[in-house]
Amino acid sequence: MQSSLKSVIAATGILLFASAAWAQDTVKVGVSEPLTGAFAASGNYVTQGAQLAADAINKSGGVLGKKLELIVEDNKSNPTEAVDTAERLIVKDKVPVLMGAWSSTLTLAVMPKLEEYKVPLLVETSSSGKITTSGNPYIFRISPTSEMEATAFAPLAKSLGIKKANFLVTNNDFGKGSMQEFTKMLKGQGVDIGAQETMEPDATDLSAQLAKIKAAGGDTLFVTTDVAQLTLILKQAKDQQITMRIITTGGSVAPDQLIDQAGDAANGSYHLVFFTPWFPDAVKNPDVAQNFTAAWKDKKYNVGGLTEGFRGWDGIYTIAAAINGAGKTEPEAIREALWKVKVKGVNGDISFIKQGPSGKESGQNVPSVYLVKIEGGKVVKQ
Amino acid sequence: MDLWKPQPVGRLPRFRQSLSRKSCVLDQLLQHCLNALVLGGTYALLGIGLTLIFGIMRVVNFTHGELYSFGAYMMFMFVMLLHLDFFLSLVLAMLLGIALGAAIEFLLLRKLRGADIDTTMLVMIGAWIAMQNLEQLVWSGVAKSIKTPFPSSPLVMGALSVSWNRLFVLAVALGLILCTYALVNRTRLGRAMRATFQDPDTAALMGVDIGTIYMSTFALGSGLAAAAGALLGPIFVVTPTMGDLASLKAFAIVILGGLGNIVGATIGGFILAFIEELGAGYISSGYRDAMGFLLIIAILLVRPTGLFSRKERIG
Repeated sequence: MQSSLKSVIAATGILLFASAAWAQDTVKVGVSEPLTGAFAASGNYVTQGAQLAADAINKSGGVLGKKLELIVEDNKSNPTEAVDTAERLIVKDKVPVLMGAWSSTLTLAVMPKLEEYKVPLLVETSSSGKITTSGNPYIFRISPTSEMEATAFAPLAKSLGIKKANFLVTNNDFGKGSMQEFTKMLKGQGVDIGAQETMEPDATDLSAQLAKIKAAGGDTLFVTTDVAQLTLILKQAKDQQITMRIITTGGSVAPDQLIDQAGDAANGSYHLVFFTPWFPDAVKNPDVAQNFTAAWKDKKYNVGGLTEGFRGWDGIYTIAAAINGAGKTEPEAIREALWKVKVKGVNGDISFIKQGPSGKESGQNVPSVYLVKIEGGKVVKQ
Repeated sequence: MDLWKPQPVGRLPRFRQSLSRKSCVLDQLLQHCLNALVLGGTYALLGIGLTLIFGIMRVVNFTHGELYSFGAYMMFMFVMLLHLDFFLSLVLAMLLGIALGAAIEFLLLRKLRGADIDTTMLVMIGAWIAMQNLEQLVWSGVAKSIKTPFPSSPLVMGALSVSWNRLFVLAVALGLILCTYALVNRTRLGRAMRATFQDPDTAALMGVDIGTIYMSTFALGSGLAAAAGALLGPIFVVTPTMGDLASLKAFAIVILGGLGNIVGATIGGFILAFIEELGAGYISSGYRDAMGFLLIIAILLVRPTGLFSRKERIG
């Protein structure tokens, strides 16, 4: 009995030692994305892009001489789950840095945990202004804020001839934040604002909102949501004979997927995007974009997901650069190093400027924003 | 009933405004009503399936929403992967829904007959979670869309318009509701169902095979949910979680219409659709889903057994 107990203890010791040795072999990065639920389409694309980046980095030597290992958790498009995944990644998997959590509401939910455990989060998609202005020094965002998008769009209000604009946005931080910034910008350009409608992120029947918008009149409808709900809006707007110009903000619209799923109804719609795989010459770093697109197509991933997947790629490359810069896998060192990164990303050159109350600033990148249009089932430059 | 009428406060045309503005307001109201009518048909379809199962079997069926998404995924598989005819696929999806319902009854509920309602409820919650996760595993979480043979331009009537696909859904939904009503009220099987609803023990003594009645009731209710999913899948997009909101609404409709009451569930479905549509159009679109439930709370305060409940025999 005694000896069998001893051997069990010995075996446990060996296992513990082995797993500790294994842990030393890789550099872990935690990823929390919505792989299921309302934002599943986008979350899966971002995760695929992140995995491609990790593979590419590992092929060229990894980070600090070790392999980069992504630990991906599904936050189920749900803020409670998002907090749970972040805590699990930090406490159980002991990751020194996180990427996530796609939607603004999910990211905002996770933020207090970052301060509690002092672990930095690279934000790849969320656009609500609150994320970088609320004074959380563990936030580094590579995606544009709604305000940046609105500012980039301002000169186009005149050239597109917008006189009266309506809004249909998701009833959350992402949609409402975007509506607020675009309303402010449009008013500054002398544009009238008509109906301002909201919808639940998982709502499927939007006919009531669209009937109201149609009655409000105007020439343009700004829509802020993800690609699945946008598909429904385009189809239902066509059913109700809404002839307004539809412009989507937030960059989460995957025009190719729209053409595929909404068909005719997608024609004539405009989209603000942060990567234009259709015009490789128009991007800032063509070679990086080429590498990413080639890797994506190699895996036979859905081409419609490129405009979303690039965020994962850029995010992981930025994190890898910070880990290399830090020279060690400690959260605080990585946070310091993130302030100094200069990464050539698919979207453009990535580096962080300070935003938010002084002493507790968050990092914010200044990304490129493009407007494209769908015409005759094809994406065209605008 | 005054609660769900439109509240045109601040939206009525002023005297100085032109006639065209007035007709525009009317057009909007008519468009809202048309939308609600189409939506109501599918809500009613979801509601009657659930109310039948509860009324006859006393089973709170948490898998109802999963049967709904099952119907939609079968439709996706037949139309988009196997390239079968759209209308044939619809029939196949409903038949498979009936088969799945019969299987659930046989595998889970048959053994639980006589168990108390809480035990059955827990088992059904487990089945719901398992089915949803299985769907996620098989189809992944990414939304799927289904192509339809209907013209992409809508039917236009003056300032009003509605898609052909939605009209088709309304027509089929009403047809299925009528068939179900006729089945329950005009056939031998229906009479046996009603007898079981009134008193299972007496019905059994009179020679009704209770086992068959339970299985056909659950299969019928499941088939109706699968049909609703197969009809709505092509209009919306298909996701593993699409059944959650649908089943929540089906429960609301059943409560509104009185448990076990087909006519009540049908009217309840239309009432819920009108409240949502007009509430979103004239009060606040952000509270669209909440509005229906608020009204249900209000109704239950006044009539705790639902709007159209009939007297039940006890014991």
